[in-house]
Amino acid sequence: MKNPFRAVRTIAAATLAVFVLSGASKVKPALAGEPNPDGIAVNIENFSFGTATLTVPAGTTVIWINKDDVPHTVVSTEKAFSSSVLDTDDKFSYTFTKPGTYPYYCSVHPKMTAKVVVK
Amino acid sequence: MSDYIVHDHDHDGVDRRGFLKCMAWAGTGLVCVVQGGVLKSYGLSQLAQGGDDKAMESMKGELSFVQISDSHMGFNKPANSNVVATLQAAIDKINALQTPPAFLLHTGDISHLSKAGEFDTVEQMLKGTRAHRVFYVPGEHDVLTDNGKYYLDRYGKEARGSGWYSFDHSGVHFIGLVNVLDLKAGGLGTLGSEQLKWLKEDVAGLSSSTPIVVFAHIPLWSVYPDWGWATDDSAQALSYLKRFGSVTVLNGHIHQTMQKVEGNITFHTAASTAFPQPHPGEGPSPGPMKVPADQLRSLLGLTSVKYMQGRHSLAIVDSSLT
Repeated sequence: MKNPFRAVRTIAAATLAVFVLSGASKVKPALAGEPNPDGIAVNIENFSFGTATLTVPAGTTVIWINKDDVPHTVVSTEKAFSSSVLDTDDKFSYTFTKPGTYPYYCSVHPKMTAKVVVK
Repeated sequence: MSDYIVHDHDHDGVDRRGFLKCMAWAGTGLVCVVQGGVLKSYGLSQLAQGGDDKAMESMKGELSFVQISDSHMGFNKPANSNVVATLQAAIDKINALQTPPAFLLHTGDISHLSKAGEFDTVEQMLKGTRAHRVFYVPGEHDVLTDNGKYYLDRYGKEARGSGWYSFDHSGVHFIGLVNVLDLKAGGLGTLGSEQLKWLKEDVAGLSSSTPIVVFAHIPLWSVYPDWGWATDDSAQALSYLKRFGSVTVLNGHIHQTMQKVEGNITFHTAASTAFPQPHPGEGPSPGPMKVPADQLRSLLGLTSVKYMQGRHSLAIVDSSLT
């Protein structure tokens, strides 16, 4: 076969069409910082923590809820707290007793970072 | 990218630039063969039907192996509520190959939640392939608990460090790397200094003509760092491989096929057997992508690779599960 690309292009057209269609998928927008009877809720959604910087008074309990279809974790960069693996709808809570800044991330997807500031 | 031929050493009408364009255009369903540094490509349907003698002849390899990736056993969300069925479809595809693969490479995310039962299921199912052995590297989903200790106990008995290793087969040097552990806040995939040191020593004694195949979960090239689709210290690793004439890097993680040729190195990512993910930046996150049911299998797949001894030839074939 002198130029195999010709045949390939026919196949390519079909494949390309599939990819264009697949690009239309959408995911629900994130909700964050909702009041909760037991503390402040932070949703984990779309591979991000709902509130990039959450400021709370000392003594506040923060509850993280994983709303994604993949597991995440909530891990303090300075080892103040660390959740187990949170599957979909799993929660992790931590009560912040001391003022300070608490950066944290998802140890599975470390691009996901946020912080809690305790006044 | 231009349409014309820039370098055509074999006078076959295909050059590297053309190859890249072709790959970018075609996505899956394409066979590419490297011969003396020149890539040739064939439509997958031709090979499946055995309709092109020349293509079939050039595909007769001395080594055939298959890469599968991202089985995510245990995943049961809308993007694919039956990952067992799609893995089985991949196995059926493998068993339908004309040349049985010598072995399988699984480039990670074997399991969805690092559970023993999930690993058990994949392992049992892969025993149904005609391959003699499966070589694994972990994805981040395989090391969710205990910093990867369970994975290492199970799969890493002959491995170093957190599970990296190398082996030789048919004159090709294979290197399995781990880039999903000890990830730093804000960072990407990480190999780490201990593994890099090992890699440097591992290849030090090899002749530069030895074909190298590197496999790891997270891409060792910068696919889309905003979504974590890259490895922080991959450049260091690749610097140890620059002197080799033929280097093939096989990754998973991004649940779609993608290729890049950079100097002597061909980078390739495999499709998932479980669910597709969006193209880089298309969508709010890299999470599982729900597509119409009749399209799902066209976005899942496996990759088969052939090497022809003495010809520096590696052929990479992506097949969807349709």
